[in-house]
Amino acid sequence: MTTHPLLAPGGIVLPSYRRPPEGVHPPLDTPAYRSTVLRVPKRPLVLLEQGLTEVTGPLLGEEQPVPEDADLTTRHAGEPVGERIIVTGRVQDCNGRAVPDTLVEIWQANAAGRYAHGIDHHPAPLDPNFDGAGRCMTDAEGRYRFVTIKPGAYPWGNHPNAWRPAHIHFSLFGRAFTQRLITQMYFPGDPLFGYDPIFNSVPDPSARERMISRLDLSLTEPDWALGFAWDIVLRGREATVFEQEEERW
Amino acid sequence: MTLPLTPSQTIGPFLAIGLPWPDGPYVVPEGTAGAITIGGTVRDGAGEPVTDAMIETWQADPDGRFAHPDDPRGGGTGGFRGFGRCPTDAAGRYRFITLRPGRLPSRHAGWEAPHLDVSVFARGLLDRLVTRIYFSDEQEANAADPALTAIADPARRATLIATAGDAPGEFRFDIRLQGEGEHGAGETVFFDI
Repeated sequence: MTTHPLLAPGGIVLPSYRRPPEGVHPPLDTPAYRSTVLRVPKRPLVLLEQGLTEVTGPLLGEEQPVPEDADLTTRHAGEPVGERIIVTGRVQDCNGRAVPDTLVEIWQANAAGRYAHGIDHHPAPLDPNFDGAGRCMTDAEGRYRFVTIKPGAYPWGNHPNAWRPAHIHFSLFGRAFTQRLITQMYFPGDPLFGYDPIFNSVPDPSARERMISRLDLSLTEPDWALGFAWDIVLRGREATVFEQEEERW
Repeated sequence: MTLPLTPSQTIGPFLAIGLPWPDGPYVVPEGTAGAITIGGTVRDGAGEPVTDAMIETWQADPDGRFAHPDDPRGGGTGGFRGFGRCPTDAAGRYRFITLRPGRLPSRHAGWEAPHLDVSVFARGLLDRLVTRIYFSDEQEANAADPALTAIADPARRATLIATAGDAPGEFRFDIRLQGEGEHGAGETVFFDI
């Protein structure tokens, strides 16, 4: 193994990932969301300089999902009930660079607002033809695409008459530990937005809007499924001497 | 150009629908030569087990290398995934089977002690919590580690160090999301990365 020119005598030379600006990510301490109360740390987070472990991350290329993993409507004996939709978009970093070949995982309730999970006791029907889980890898341009059913709103125990707006859970890796993100995608015009402490935990209203997908008729499959577009932006690197290096990606 | 980031949201209580992998806790297959286990219990501010969390780990291989283009020394030993994922069980427990990571060169002259990076996701956490697992039998390396030495309080530092269990190769690392009292006694150190 040859010595890499970036192994400087004073230490190792590594990229750094920009820190998120204030207001984008929800503060952990959000008591309106009751489950936070006993689970969030009391002590401030300790600032950690990013080292090798933080600027690398799992690339997970070995066990590629199969195309059927991205279509939640065709893997059971019958068709699931509900509005068939396409959810697609690009995964980029904040420098506008596509994040290719990265695993995207989703999970969601069915059209009636019921999760296929033993602890969900919402008395809405389960759908034997819908399990609510999907996965795919982004392509060379960072694009992902799922075919699924529009999830329903559902009640939860946070406060009297609490209902979650319809949402799909998303899990993303990017290419570095610093880029890991778990979030939720919402649907445009949901009348429940104003009442949901999880959606409203994001302080910056324009950041909140970025969790809402957009109806895009050009993504629709005519006479088959409506199309929703949702782009995802992960942390990116500081501009440094590494910019040329980054062209590899 | 800078694009605005997508915000984080909680993993919620239903992560078991989509996220557990059959081989998630097996960073290496059971029975691999030199394999160790790292496990523990996740607890909340009342000391109750957190039964709907998901723990993920990311670490170097035994030579301290990563199979990743940003490791300037070149890829790690073939086939080591380095990544683990384990939901907590009904008693709030998690457990990984992996290899001990090697020490790592730091950005500055010197070395980081062997460690795993840890993400904690759970209902009630609107963003992940990040911590690190170090090893109790790496005292010399730990004493020179930049992240550990930056934490002045030895009791706080101790929350980052896995302790050796009864069997060889067995380590215990409990995670306390929220400590007791005004000052959060016993709370695990969490990092802003």
